Amino acid sequence: MTVTDLVSYEDALASFDPVMGLEVHVELGTATKMFCGCSTAPGAEPNAHTCPVCLGMPGSLPVVNATAVESAVRIGLALGCDIASWCRFARKNYFYPDMPKNYQISQYDEPIAFDGHLDVELEDGEVFRVGIERAHMEEDTGKSTHIGGATGRIHGAVHSLLDYNRAGIPLIEIVTKPIEGAGARAPEVARAYVAELRELIRSLGVSEARMEMGQLRCDVNLSLRPHGRETFGTRSETKNVNSLRSVERATRFEIQRHAAVLSSGGTIVQETRHFHEEDGSTTSGRIKEEAEDYRYFPEPDLVPVAPEGAWVEELRAALPELPRLRRQRLKAEWGLSDHEMRSVLNAGAIQPILDTIAAGAPADQARKWWMGELARRANESGTEPAALPITPAQVARITALVADGSLNDKLARQVIEGVLAGEGEPDAVVEQRGLKIVSDEGALGAAVDEAIAANPAIADKVRGGKVAAAGALVGAVMKTTRGQADAGRARELILERLAPQG
Amino acid sequence: MPGITREEVAHLARLSRLELKDEELDHFAGQLDVIIGAVARVSDVADEDVPPTSHPLPLTNVMRADEVRPSLTPEQALSGAPAREQQRFKVPQILGED
Repeated sequence: MTVTDLVSYEDALASFDPVMGLEVHVELGTATKMFCGCSTAPGAEPNAHTCPVCLGMPGSLPVVNATAVESAVRIGLALGCDIASWCRFARKNYFYPDMPKNYQISQYDEPIAFDGHLDVELEDGEVFRVGIERAHMEEDTGKSTHIGGATGRIHGAVHSLLDYNRAGIPLIEIVTKPIEGAGARAPEVARAYVAELRELIRSLGVSEARMEMGQLRCDVNLSLRPHGRETFGTRSETKNVNSLRSVERATRFEIQRHAAVLSSGGTIVQETRHFHEEDGSTTSGRIKEEAEDYRYFPEPDLVPVAPEGAWVEELRAALPELPRLRRQRLKAEWGLSDHEMRSVLNAGAIQPILDTIAAGAPADQARKWWMGELARRANESGTEPAALPITPAQVARITALVADGSLNDKLARQVIEGVLAGEGEPDAVVEQRGLKIVSDEGALGAAVDEAIAANPAIADKVRGGKVAAAGALVGAVMKTTRGQADAGRARELILERLAPQG
Repeated sequence: MPGITREEVAHLARLSRLELKDEELDHFAGQLDVIIGAVARVSDVADEDVPPTSHPLPLTNVMRADEVRPSLTPEQALSGAPAREQQRFKVPQILGED
């Protein structure tokens, strides 16, 4: 392996025009595998979710999962694709132990969905249209553990161990058309595309599409051509780039690497490459030329899939609002800027906010709590806001308690803390922790008198007409009531007592 | 042109990780050529109104509901494995990636 010299990103773009192709694999969230009734639930012990079909035993026969086909059609429709009226599965033959059959059932020249597009929005609001070549159905492979190598990688391993629980889980592979014209923004377009596709998949409810769980995986194909040339250069394929940030980094790295090779008079080898999370680099995997002879042929064990037109139209009519259009609508409804809306999106807070509004909270309050205290707590515990142990209904109840003056923001945060700690419903937390605001005149009046007595100089200022100085007295009241006073009422009482002129 | 060459048989053998001696290649190439020639005669019989057929049955959309069925136990799954370790199938060193 040679050390890769890079040219600067700016120099690379000055000489070359990048062309990308992105292949995304989505693991569907079906209960069972693509061709057998084995569970897809994660976390099972090794080889506990296997049967003669997914172990490739002689005489076993695959049967297609109806929900997986429906999911494939819905994904295709949401991507604006044509849906094949008739298509077949195909065998992709290869010699590798991650598929015990020695072939993967996939689709070859007859994908179930083809010729669509996905509009993605970049940071500055520019919309870039990415063409979709095809979306096809296939099955996931088993999981290999390599033993004896230095880093658990295949390199230097003396043998490997196979767990086939994942073998046969339904996958949809979504392939873009060549993405041209992105120029220097290619890495950003790649990232935005994967992010938008993930949103789309989630909105359809066909997969949770969690990249860190391997439910959505991206391969980045990249080539460079000199400016002005039509034909594509030789591409490299960087496999398994599994976070949004990595998609951007891998694309950027490959642009710089290709440019370095081409500028020094070298040629790019068509090969797969591995991405390294630690430093954002890629290294050579396998040379493609001779290995790529999959001898595809129609799968004889499965009959064709022929989605009926009427059924496809039913599915089309029932599609949810596309994420980008929904974001535009909500942005207008909530009166947010592009930047604010993107923050809400990036925080993963859109759905919780909507659910909280549906539970009766005003939009601005729902947004305030999910983007503030709850986003902070989610961040601390390394989860998405939606995964916090608090329901939108509970958040809505807390906003109602703030609105009617029972809680102020500080107390509300303590209620949230209590709910998250499993202390029960908001009202129960208020009760148990004694968090109700102090607004009864007796207790509050006493606190006000105490504050005035303890701060004669400030009281004199207020008496002298400096109403702003009353704030310090309100602060003293809040302190003696440990934050539980109704600040507005306290201020009124202070001013009544000190009767300032003017 | 139906038929298969010795080179193609050698290529397939390599893809299948089968080590064939020279005389075996000659032997199998001849046999396979005869078999493929016999199968190819179907094309002579089929008129232009007979489309290429991958399935003999006029069926489409044979599917099952997405309902979990019992799997094998890991013990059953591994019972035929030549080697195992950590409740997984143990395979020899893998040469070449991916």
